[in-house]
Formats: sequence, C-alpha cells, structure tokens
Amino acid sequence: MSVLVFVEGLNGEIKKSSLEAASYGSQVAQQLGTSATAVAIGEVHEEALTKLGEQGISKVLYDADDRLKQFVADAYVKVIAKAAQQENAAVLVFSNSNIGAAVGAKLAVRLNGSLATNVTSLPKTDGGSFTVTRGVFSGKAFADVALTSDVKIIAVKKNAYDITSNAGSTATVEKISADLADTDFAAAPKETVMQDTDGGVLLPEAEIVVSGGRGLKGPENWHLVEDLAKALGAATACSKPVSDMDWRPHHEHVGQTGITVSPNLYIAIGISGAIQHLAGVNSSKVIVVINKDPEAPFFKAADYGIVGDAFEVVPKLIEAARALDK
Amino acid sequence: MKILVCISNVPDTTSKINFTADNKEFDKNGVQFVINPWDEYALTRAIELKEAKGGTVTVLNVGEADAEPNIRKALAIGADEAIRVNAQPKDAFFVAQQIAAIAKENKYDLILMGKESIDYNGSQVHNMVGELLGIPTVVPAFKLDMVDDTTARLEREIEGGKEVVEVKLPFVASAQQPMSEPRIPNMRGIMTARTKPLKVVEPVGAEAKAEYVNYSKPEKKSGVKMIAPENAGELITLLRNEAKVL
Ligand SMILES: Cc1cc2nc3c(=O)[nH]c(=O)nc-3n(C[C@H](O)[C@H](O)[C@H](O)COP(=O)(O)OP(=O)(O)OC[C@H]3O[C@@H](n4cnc5c(N)ncnc54)[C@H](O)[C@@H]3O)c2cc1C
Repeated sequence: MSVLVFVEGLNGEIKKSSLEAASYGSQVAQQLGTSATAVAIGEVHEEALTKLGEQGISKVLYDADDRLKQFVADAYVKVIAKAAQQENAAVLVFSNSNIGAAVGAKLAVRLNGSLATNVTSLPKTDGGSFTVTRGVFSGKAFADVALTSDVKIIAVKKNAYDITSNAGSTATVEKISADLADTDFAAAPKETVMQDTDGGVLLPEAEIVVSGGRGLKGPENWHLVEDLAKALGAATACSKPVSDMDWRPHHEHVGQTGITVSPNLYIAIGISGAIQHLAGVNSSKVIVVINKDPEAPFFKAADYGIVGDAFEVVPKLIEAARALDK
Repeated sequence: MKILVCISNVPDTTSKINFTADNKEFDKNGVQFVINPWDEYALTRAIELKEAKGGTVTVLNVGEADAEPNIRKALAIGADEAIRVNAQPKDAFFVAQQIAAIAKENKYDLILMGKESIDYNGSQVHNMVGELLGIPTVVPAFKLDMVDDTTARLEREIEGGKEVVEVKLPFVASAQQPMSEPRIPNMRGIMTARTKPLKVVEPVGAEAKAEYVNYSKPEKKSGVKMIAPENAGELITLLRNEAKVL
C-alpha cells in the first residue's frame, strides 16, 4: 500500500501546485505509515524529478514518451493507472488543476475509487473513516466528505496546502511505460498555445494577483494594473464585464463563471465586489480593495482597504512597490 | 445531430448559503434555484448547433420534481425534449452513472454539460461519463464548432494557455465562457415549452462513493483595516511587515 502523487511539469520544471500536492501526499503517507511515490509524464527535467525528495517523495515513476508532451487525458490516465497498480496505491493525490481534476475523475471510474476535488485539508482518519474537507458553493462553504471506496483520490485546491521542504533529500527516478495505443490519442491536441505573459506570472499559479474592474474605465488605463503587478511579481486578472467588453482576454476573468483563484494576496482595483466575483476570489488569504465608493460591497470581504480614486491611488502603490527591496 | 445537454438545478448565484441546524444538509429555505450558469453555455451552444445543422437537443436532469421549472425553462430556451431521472443526486459518481445509462440507451452524438456546478464545484461528472461510455472527453471547452458531420473542433483551456482539439463524434465536452451567449426565453418559447415532452424515469441502481457528512462556513474576516488614500504607499509596508504577503 502506498500514496501516489501525480505531478505536472511546465517548461521542464514541476508546477508549484504539484509541489503542494507532493507535500500533501507525503504527509498523508506519513499519517498512514507508508511511503509516497510520484508519477510524472512528458517533458520534465530529471533534476526536477530528483528534487521531489525535498517534498518527501521517495521514488518518481517517469514516462518520457514523446507523445505525452501535450496533455491527452486518456493516455495520461493509462500511465497513472499503471503506476497506481504497480505501487498498490491506496491514495492518489493530484493538484486541483484542469488536468488533475480531469484525470482524477477518469481514474475514479477506472480504479473504482472515491474522489474528492477542491480539497482544502489533510484527511481525518480516526475510527477507520477517511474524511477530507472540500470547498463547496463557490467558496461560500466547506463540506466534510467521507471517501468510502478502497482507493481514495484527492485533488488538492491550489494554495491550500503549503510546500514542505527538506533541503537536500532526493528521490530515485524510475522509467515507467504503459502500452499506449493510437486510440489513447484520439483526443490529442492539434495545437497548444501558451499565453504570452510577457515574462510575467501565470494567473492560475500566482501567489499575488492584481485585478482590475470596470472602475478603470477602459483598456487604455490597464498599464496601472500591469505596472503594479510587475512591481509585485504578480499575475493580472479582471472582472467579468471587463472581459465581456474585450478590454482584457477571457482567460483573465475571475469569479463564479471565470477562474477561481486563491492567492496569498488579491488586490482588487475598481471592482465592486459582486457576489459572483467574490465567489472566485474569496479564499485568497489577504484581500486588498481599492474603490472610490465607500459602500462598495467588496470592503466587507477585504483585509485592507483604500477609499479613493484608482487613478490617484495606484500610481502611489506602484511607486512604493518599486521601492521595495526584493 | 442528436445532442444531450445535462443541466443541474443550483441555488441562484446571489443566494446566501445556509445549512440545517445540525449542519448535515443544505437549507433550501428561501433559496431560488436556477439552471447552473455553466450549463447554460452548453445549452445555448447545443441549440445554436441544432439551428445550424439540424437535429435534436435533449436536456437531462438528475433530480427531484422541484427541478422541473428549470427543466421547462431549458425547453423554453429551445431544447426539444427533456428527461428527468427521478432521484436526489448523491454524489458525482451516482449522477454520472445515471447520465451514462440514458446515453447508452439513446446513442447521442454529442454530450454537453457545464464545466462544473456552482453548488458542489466538483468538475467530475463529464469526465466520469466519458470514461463510463468509453468516449473522449474534452474539458473545459470554450469553443466548439463542427468541422464536418463527424468531426468537431474545440478549444479547451489549460493552465496558462489553450489547446485546439479535433475529435470524432461521439464525445463529451464541458462548456465554459465564452462558448455561447446564454439566451432568455421569449413568450413563444415559454408557451411551446408547455407542450414539449418531459419524461420522468427512475434511476438505475448505482452507488455513491462520497458521503457528505458535515457542512461549515468560512470564518468571518476580523474586519477591514482602512488606509487614507493620501498615504496609499503605507499599504505596501503593511502588506510586507504585518500581513507578510510581500
Ligand atoms: C450568473 C452570473 C455570473 C457572473 N459571474 C461573474 C464572474 O465570474 N466574475 C465577475 O467578476 N462577475 C461576474 N458576474 C457579474 C457580477 O454580478 C458583476 O456585474 C461584476 O462583477 C461587476 O464588475 P465590476 O465590479 O468590474 O464593475 P462594476 O459593478 O461596474 O463596479 C465598478 C466599481 O468600480 C468603482 N470605481 C469606479 N471608478 C473608480 C475609480 N476611478 N477608482 C476606484 N474605483 C472606481 C465603482 O465604485 C464600482 O464599485 C456574474 C453575474 C451573473 C448574473
């Protein structure tokens, strides 16, 4: 019996959200008195795999099949299922990313396992039960869910579990290969287009997010959001009307019908804080609101607030942020 | 083209969420229910495809009788017929099995649903249905067009980018913004919806594998600290020294 963590790579490195999942998985393994193995697929540097030892992973199974450089759900599921079988995995851990949630659900069917996505806590294992807490009702509540099958599958919410690091520990890397057939690639992407972040930070992975709303009046003023984000090493985001009006691309829209983010710091500029917007950001650790309307509902959800005109306040913030020694 | 659109009946986006006194169940009292917003993107795209290429759109809900007003709304928006599997949805696996059973019986070319439901936020059902039926699943898709009668071209979101996928029918896809522009039913739609078939079927035997045992609400924030706009720069210092997030 073991714990198996699926880690995702990006540009040869392991994604931050996967390092969180690896740390979580190692902790679960400790709880259960067993070891944690990781499975990695596609294009990841060997050194990055070895370094997973720092998160408590003892062994990494790695499938370097070229066809797996792009995400193909059915093929990924086959490799992970093989790893799970080989390791006799009782618990599988993923990051609650688009990829993690997709393979998790398919594996639940294939391995006859029970699945919880959007998980925010370590399992409680007293009395033979296995219960995790997950976010529900778009961040407005939590639910404790008992997983009742032999195999338990957990997708950990991003930023909900800290990366643990035992510097210098290394994991051994072993090759794994599932007998992949052409049919496993029936839904293979024809093309993958990564966003041009201009050297900046990807929104779903970001620890700091600077977000703008309709209060910024138009796309020509977005340099305020961008400059502050750059000075803080943050990703940029926006409210729904802003992307609906094409001031910003749709992949930046956060909220109930956009992306859900849970960074350490969320700075909202000229956003009213409608309940649908809050739904996507309210699990951020610290929320800063800048709005000229003292009655803006967002202030109720904020930790820090400034009542003022964005066009006067934000330049001051940019200046102060640039003066920070990093 | 035969399209199946799965819709769930969820609390209106502005609802205050409460639980029963023992925290064991969601308290429906005073809550208005709507079609899950993500499912509306799926529904309108299905109707657009039908309008362009012909075919039928069937809406499917796994739920109890109180979901029927929203099922009728889906018919009023333009779906042709509806099926309700008469069961309280227990977990994603239970729901997926019900959908897969209906899909096996009726052989749809395309199964569409929202990216997730705004109540349980699972993002699981579509992938489970695809897996149960042994057909590809493309999630979360924000663009869906037919290349020809047998192949579709989709764009799906990945972290930090997008992928373009071409896939043969049948397949499952989940929808997210901006796949379509949701429609408001008009008077004629509402009138004709009354005469469209809404079939109620009993669930197939299926187990749930996750049991919801308790609910709680996030801790309230201790209050907001206000900073004068003239001294905005101070905020940055506070974020570093007090909140320790910079
Ligand atoms: C089903 C459904 C789903 C939705 N999903 C989402 C979602 O996912 N994400 C989302 O964001 N919204 C969503 N919405 C829309 C949501 O209800 C709000 O309409 C939206 O969030 C408002 O965006 P906003 O705050 O940018 O704009 P507004 O509501 O127009 O607010 C602008 C704010 O800027 C302030 N302001 C104006 N000028 C200045 C200035 N010079 N300096 C400082 N402040 C200024 C104003 O005081 C105001 O508070 C959804 C709605 C529905 C019905």
